[in-house]
Amino acid sequence: MSENGTLLEVSDLVTRYPVARGVIGTIARRPRLQVHAVEGVTFSVGAGEMLALVGESGCGKTTTAQTVMRMVEEDSGQIRFRGRDLTGLSHRDLRPIRREMQIIFQDPYESLDPRFRVRDTVEEPLLIHGGGSAAERTEKITEALVRAGLTPPDLYVNRYPHELSGGQRQRVAIAAALVLEPKLLVADEPVSMLDVSVRAGILSLLDELRKSGLGILMITHDLSTAAHFADRIAVMYLGRIVEEGPAREVVRSPRHPYTKALVSVVPKRDPRDRTVPQILKGETPNPVHVPPGCRFHPRCPIAIDACQGTDPALEPVPGGGAEHRGACIRM
Amino acid sequence: MSRELLRVEDLHVWFELDGGGELHAVQGISFQLSEGERMGLVGESGCGKTTSILAMMGLLPPNASVSGKVILDGVDMLEKGEETVAPHRWHDIAMIFQGAMNAFNPVKTVGEQIAEPMLLHGTASGKSVASARVRELLELVGISGSRATRYPHEFSGGMRQRAAIAMALACQPKVLLADEPTTALDVMVQAQILELLVSLTRDLGLTMILVTHDLPVVAQVCDRAAVMYAGRIAEEGPTSTLYHDPRHPYTRMLFAATPDLYGDDAVISIPGAPPRLDRELAGCPFQPRCDSAFEPCPTKEPRERSFDGRHRASCHLNEVPTGATAV
Repeated sequence: MSENGTLLEVSDLVTRYPVARGVIGTIARRPRLQVHAVEGVTFSVGAGEMLALVGESGCGKTTTAQTVMRMVEEDSGQIRFRGRDLTGLSHRDLRPIRREMQIIFQDPYESLDPRFRVRDTVEEPLLIHGGGSAAERTEKITEALVRAGLTPPDLYVNRYPHELSGGQRQRVAIAAALVLEPKLLVADEPVSMLDVSVRAGILSLLDELRKSGLGILMITHDLSTAAHFADRIAVMYLGRIVEEGPAREVVRSPRHPYTKALVSVVPKRDPRDRTVPQILKGETPNPVHVPPGCRFHPRCPIAIDACQGTDPALEPVPGGGAEHRGACIRM
Repeated sequence: MSRELLRVEDLHVWFELDGGGELHAVQGISFQLSEGERMGLVGESGCGKTTSILAMMGLLPPNASVSGKVILDGVDMLEKGEETVAPHRWHDIAMIFQGAMNAFNPVKTVGEQIAEPMLLHGTASGKSVASARVRELLELVGISGSRATRYPHEFSGGMRQRAAIAMALACQPKVLLADEPTTALDVMVQAQILELLVSLTRDLGLTMILVTHDLPVVAQVCDRAAVMYAGRIAEEGPTSTLYHDPRHPYTRMLFAATPDLYGDDAVISIPGAPPRLDRELAGCPFQPRCDSAFEPCPTKEPRERSFDGRHRASCHLNEVPTGATAV
């Protein structure tokens, strides 16, 4: 996929973390273990598109985002941003690229410096990236606040985080990300710390930004949010994308048994929609010891013997569009 | 309908504030629960959900004052404060605290910690009786009894939450108050815990109040729900009625702010924020954020009106004559 408009192309990305052995482990020369956080992930995000990476804790979605943002070093694979491979680039070479890809985090209570006024928070990226004269900076700050929905901006520029609500804080974080006019925004669980009544506002804001041409990679555990706001959904399990496709299609006709189970346990708003949840036994295995073959087979309700020996690749689902892909030999 | 087990009448809670003044956190809530029923208590942060159930347990801090009745099996537990609540607490009415799964002592085994309240309350005489009961309780919540000798860090999040539920059930209560029991859990584990809570109410005849901000969870699990706003119950009724025929704009707007897996309708946030509760409220507390407010709302407090099928709401729109409906 390198058609026009593709911003980010990630291919075969692998990120592992070493497990600390401790003093005794080192002396005893225990084997060096690794957390297989991301194990061969491929996806792309286009301009004006929102891709949601969905999965449970420990599935590797946040590590994927952090690797893309170069906050974590990958083990192998490629991260092409606007055609250029970012892996192996020096800090110096990354700098001009960094302003084009920005990230916002889950907790706007922790991601903002409590001693910084809104103005300082939004100005900081400009100072780091040499953002013009004081007057130009002020103009850019005002513009970013307006885009983030903090209007009138004069009401907010001199406030401290503790004077703002959770939703307003997340908007400040978004303004600080927008002030450099990035092409790609990574949103890591942008609303999970917020009250229900304000979540929709933040998500609608991201939706508007997407419509204005920003590419958005959203990390979320909430399939309902992804179904509503993303163009495409990629479902991750134990470091792999197990299913990917147009958001509505993935949710309404899931093909991978893990996605099917996940969809079935999401509570629906309408009590009449109560479905029989297909509850998987146990919890996601530890990513230090990934099961052989298909990594989902020990919990899979339809696994057969062959599943233990084959590690299925992501392929177009039978009878679906080319865009809809799944990694299961039983699809 | 089965017999009434719990009745809360005009419950108020005030907190004395450090700098002087009072915060009226719960402003006169009333509801009743039949045996074996599951009721959801929903609303935004700060609406008084947790304070209400802590008041029912008699577990509020010293700066709180409480009025009203909490009648369990015909006995008013709040009549003489601590003196009348204490005999019922944990024995008849128990609670799973928010974040209980993260509150285990890391240096004691899970079994020891579940046994502790039983020994303290004298429901188990001696350690061997207690440890047999601990195994029984663990099995009840789906954990192998042999894991009683394990430490909390050897349990996953879902298992620690199960253990917290086991702890609340130690003295065989009739009513279980669960405060956000699945909030920090993944959906699959959430589904496992909700399934467990439902089966416990079914098998043990437990009556449950589920406190959560998550409407879909209530829709899936509870028979009825009370929607709280600014320390009051804005609307209460069967969960299906609340979704399909809400009589308070807040209920409707909360549902509209919640994305649904299959819903195609726009998700709309509720503007503004809940009112401060440290000052007197005039009129309807939701009026500044309401999309349907009209003349009487800012000044006149809405009366509560009942509808068919144990359904009630406090909204001026329900007073408008000629068959007009609130939402």
